[in-house]
Amino acid sequence: MDLNETPQMAAFRAEVRGFLEAHRGDYAEGSANDVRAWQGLLIGHGYAARTIPREYGGYGAEPDILKGRIIAEEFIAAGAPRGMAGQGISMLVPTLLEVGSEEQKRRWIGPTLRGEIIWCQGYSEPGAGSDLANLQTKAVEDGDDFLISGSKIWTSTAAQAQMMFCLVRTEPQAPKHEGISYVLIPMDTPGIEVRPLKTMTGQAEFNEVFFTDVRVGRDQVVGGRGRGWFVANTTLKHERGMLGDPNATEARLNALIELMKTETVDGQKVIDNPVFRDRLMQLQGRVLSMKFNGLRLITSQLSQEPAGLAGLIVKLQGCELNHQLAALAIDALGELGILYHDGPHLRAKGSWQRSYMFDLGLIIGGGTAQIQKNIISERGLGLPREPKPAAA
Amino acid sequence: MDFSLTQDQRMMQESLARTLAEASSLDRVRKFAGDLSDKGGDIWKVVAEFGLAGIAIPEEHGGLGLSMLDAALASEALGQAVAPVAFMGVVLAPIALLRGGTAAQQAQWLPKLASGEVVAAAAISEPIAGARDGAGVTAKGGKLSGKAFFVPGGLAAGLLIVADQAGGLHLVRGDAAGLTRTLMPGIDETRRLAELGFDGVAAEPLGGGPELLTALRDAGWILLAADTLGAAEVMLDKAVAYAKERRQFGRVIGSFQAVKHLCAEMAAELEPCRSLVWYAAYAFDAAPPNAPGEASLMAAHAKALTSEVGRFVARTSTEVHGGMGITDLLGLHFWFKRIGLNRQLLGGPERVREIAARLQGLAA
Repeated sequence: MDLNETPQMAAFRAEVRGFLEAHRGDYAEGSANDVRAWQGLLIGHGYAARTIPREYGGYGAEPDILKGRIIAEEFIAAGAPRGMAGQGISMLVPTLLEVGSEEQKRRWIGPTLRGEIIWCQGYSEPGAGSDLANLQTKAVEDGDDFLISGSKIWTSTAAQAQMMFCLVRTEPQAPKHEGISYVLIPMDTPGIEVRPLKTMTGQAEFNEVFFTDVRVGRDQVVGGRGRGWFVANTTLKHERGMLGDPNATEARLNALIELMKTETVDGQKVIDNPVFRDRLMQLQGRVLSMKFNGLRLITSQLSQEPAGLAGLIVKLQGCELNHQLAALAIDALGELGILYHDGPHLRAKGSWQRSYMFDLGLIIGGGTAQIQKNIISERGLGLPREPKPAAA
Repeated sequence: MDFSLTQDQRMMQESLARTLAEASSLDRVRKFAGDLSDKGGDIWKVVAEFGLAGIAIPEEHGGLGLSMLDAALASEALGQAVAPVAFMGVVLAPIALLRGGTAAQQAQWLPKLASGEVVAAAAISEPIAGARDGAGVTAKGGKLSGKAFFVPGGLAAGLLIVADQAGGLHLVRGDAAGLTRTLMPGIDETRRLAELGFDGVAAEPLGGGPELLTALRDAGWILLAADTLGAAEVMLDKAVAYAKERRQFGRVIGSFQAVKHLCAEMAAELEPCRSLVWYAAYAFDAAPPNAPGEASLMAAHAKALTSEVGRFVARTSTEVHGGMGITDLLGLHFWFKRIGLNRQLLGGPERVREIAARLQGLAA
């Protein structure tokens, strides 16, 4: 155990701090910040698209987990936006880098990084949630093209996206995991209909997407025909890393502490109520344990040792913890916690209420809590899979 | 940045686990638990020879001079083996002597503690966990009066570190006149607790100021947290092993999601505790003695969280074992009770979390 920073890393931290200080005007509240200009600035300095090769539009640095962490910490501390995220950058780009053709990399990665192309992900279907490999959206060969029919659900940003990376069934006769292909589909192709999917938060964070004979060139397949399941698994690996990020959870805990120190009931601060205080301390202990679990994961990555259980539990525990933090905030607000939308008494623009509802979706999405427990018990503890039911 | 154990630490863990598997087998623990005349001298001899007696004592005094993280790893191994060893005093007494003792006191006691010839115990419960049934010790004119409860290893210790109600600390010889020791029969029969009576007992005051009691408290919390971590790991491992082997309805019960999810929940709760215990021990070592700050907060959270998770794992593992889980034959209860004692000793989680809040200025 040695958590001291080397002089080299301390110098890098100072460099990031210097950048954030110099460009405060570009992101401080009230600045006319242009998202794409900020993104370009970040890529130019290596604070976004850091390890993506230069020839594809990235900064081209060697992967360095510690530097990545320092950037994340300093941006959080300064309250500076991390540049563009979205599923194109976080999921499609790493997938193309791993399995895309040279032409696909050159065509898509640069514009995606610069924010010129927004992507959405077409994975889940009404009949294919936890059992994703059961997806039925079909792609039938027609000359040099596929004709795609079916529907997708839980598609974030489908209304804004120019492109979708999508799983479709190209070989209906093959076993279910081997009949799937990963295709790139322009969202303005005739036959695509996007319907917003309103959730309990009152907003449409997701969409449904319907395909009727949507024509896509067969050269839009990534990673080979029938290989879509394996291509998608490289992408899902990137998604699970994002859900349950302990840095985000710690930031939320700090906001909750602030809330409890400032809110009063009958003139008494909420933090002075021993029951609420104890609930806060219980959650703080858990947040700290996940923070140090995260440091352990970084060390495993650095030494290229398997992280084992410490990695498998992050999505389950992190998402649950986020939800509990929101729940305590609402309870601390008491009757104020049932306000929503707007009004003079609403706190933090209703963000705690929204988190409480939306985070329940994150416990379910990206592999439900129950699927996570299967993964932990099977891959982490070596327990057997549930036997398949005998054919009816 | 390196958040992991060194090669030496991993080797120490493995070697200690092997040593304890033999010296503190379940049969041996069972005998100790059932026979008050059994003092476990053979187990202590092996543990002392391994080096644990001097783990927190500098090499110039005959010890190993290792860190709190090393002591925590040893405590974890003792918890895994439900070893009948009162380890807390073994670590706390050297800290008290090194931070609050004179050179003469250090020279007098540390070599004997390091060799295992003298075993020390710490009586610090009342000023930390609160006084029950009128317990508490007062110091006046170099003499101690009153009672101290819940002292692990206190029945046989040759040296006692005693906290008075004002937070001052004292050295008391095990053979001092006016000192009485009585067994407090407890639920965890792997560690015997003593009630100490002081009737004008001669004591040498220790320096170090109020920070010394804070350091002993933090160290005690870390050791108890690590002991629970170790005991809970074993309970999880035993539950998983049982679920892989026990068959009902024609299949192993570990293939039922209702059972395997219990195992996954135990693992998901327990794994982050390991990182928190490591960090708390690391912070204890890194903090300057007069400004524990963050280290105290981490020790408190490590103690409180392992207490909660330990209770969950203890009951869940027992349930996974079905009816066998509650039998004496299986012996799972030794781990269950070990975790139960660790939860209450030096303050249950509610009290410890209140201290955690106070340390951050969130409570008066």
